[in-house]
Amino acid sequence: MIVSELKPMEEIVGYLEGESKVFLVGCNGCAEACQTGGSKQVIEMKQKLEELGKKVTGYCVVDFLCNKILVRVKLLSYQDAILNADSLLIMTCGIGTQAVANAIHKPVHPACNTINLGGSRGEWPGSERCLECGDCVLDYTGGICPLTVCAKYLINGPCGGAKEGRCEVEPDVRPCGWQLIYERLKAVDRLDVMRKMVPPKNYSKMSPPKYIRSTIMWDVEQEEAKV
Amino acid sequence: MNLRETLKSGKFTVTAEVGPPKGIDTRDFLEKADLLKDRVCAVNVTDQQSAVMRLGSLAGCVLLRERGIEPVFQMTCRDRNRIALQSDLLNASVLGIENVLCITGDHMALGDHPQAKPVFDIDSVSLLQAAREMEHGQDMNGIELQGSPHFFLGASVTPGADPLEPQLIKMEKKVKAGAQFFQTQAVYEPDKFEEFMQEAKKFGVPVLVGIVLVKSAGMARYMNKNVAGVHVPDDLIEGLEKAENKLQKGIEIAARLIKEMRDMCQGVHIMAIGLESQVPAILDAAGL
Repeated sequence: MIVSELKPMEEIVGYLEGESKVFLVGCNGCAEACQTGGSKQVIEMKQKLEELGKKVTGYCVVDFLCNKILVRVKLLSYQDAILNADSLLIMTCGIGTQAVANAIHKPVHPACNTINLGGSRGEWPGSERCLECGDCVLDYTGGICPLTVCAKYLINGPCGGAKEGRCEVEPDVRPCGWQLIYERLKAVDRLDVMRKMVPPKNYSKMSPPKYIRSTIMWDVEQEEAKV
Repeated sequence: MNLRETLKSGKFTVTAEVGPPKGIDTRDFLEKADLLKDRVCAVNVTDQQSAVMRLGSLAGCVLLRERGIEPVFQMTCRDRNRIALQSDLLNASVLGIENVLCITGDHMALGDHPQAKPVFDIDSVSLLQAAREMEHGQDMNGIELQGSPHFFLGASVTPGADPLEPQLIKMEKKVKAGAQFFQTQAVYEPDKFEEFMQEAKKFGVPVLVGIVLVKSAGMARYMNKNVAGVHVPDDLIEGLEKAENKLQKGIEIAARLIKEMRDMCQGVHIMAIGLESQVPAILDAAGL
């Protein structure tokens, strides 16, 4: 699940300055769930833009804009309306916006901000987050990720900034991550691992490795090139 | 005697700190430092304290050194990655700065540039290790240095943290990493500090107890609400409230705390937060 929110209308209108015709693209995936890019919001956006004097040449809502092949097939059926527009306004997350930009030779504008979840939560609805750092340290932190739970990404223990178990950054919503780790380790009788001198992290592993960067689409294109 | 020698001699050691200006007018900064010159062993120069952008610690340290004041270069891990931190350690060394206090740093969310990208590439433990490695002639990746620096490395600890154990675990790691002295967060409860020192003395590294001059009941309450690991007891707040001359009362409190705790540790680190001119009065009252 990727969480998005609609940008302020003034910002969106600013993007469209100097353009009169726009095509809208929504997404029936996460953006529909977030009520930022489902059919309802796309139609509302159409009305708002028309009230502001813009011509909306058409709109479509794709099931999962992050599915690149689906995006290409779907947009094909709206070819005329899209070609007739100056640009496309994409009402979804950053991935969907990039997918559309990659599928079509037209300017695209993002209508949404993708909200940082402090590390991906995957499908899990709880507070456990993963930064996808490529160098997991959960073994010596009691199964609590210090990179997502500590505001300072500390890996060797707490700073002096916690007050009554709360983090100095947003104490109302953030517990001190290291206090959680300490309590967990103590509870499972593994406090000794907190004494381990943890070496600095290898942040070069935080970029996707080469084999991940090659996508299914990339593979298809490679095959096509051979024909 | 410099800070290293004074602590080694076993003499009760006094340090203080000054914050560089936000801007380039250093007159006030230097005036305050001058007032400390003959009364303290060394003066810390804070590093963008409270995450507020200002003149850097290293430049401040060089200015103090030029005036014959021994500086302690404070380095936070907030704003620089490992390349910049190691480079600044080398910079400090060629500029004649030996004392380095390695700390995590307040989060930028608390400062005047909350939009900044948090760095926190390495933590205070790793920074201490990096400095130690450099003394052995190599950088963090084991690559040989052309001439190795020499440091006297400090770290910080919060004696009033609750729970205390994680702080002690990290303190021990800092010692292992290379910390040669500690300057603590502000302490107002000597009995709690004694409990802390019972554990901390096992590490065999000198501890300078932190004293923050509290100048009003309002400031005390503010610290109780907002400053981690600091608790000003109610009777002290009451005393400040009743006192006609609040500043004088604050000086008395600071002096009394120093007297009560001086036998428990190896020195005192006075953080006057703008009232550096009062440090001599505190020391006089404490008999130092």
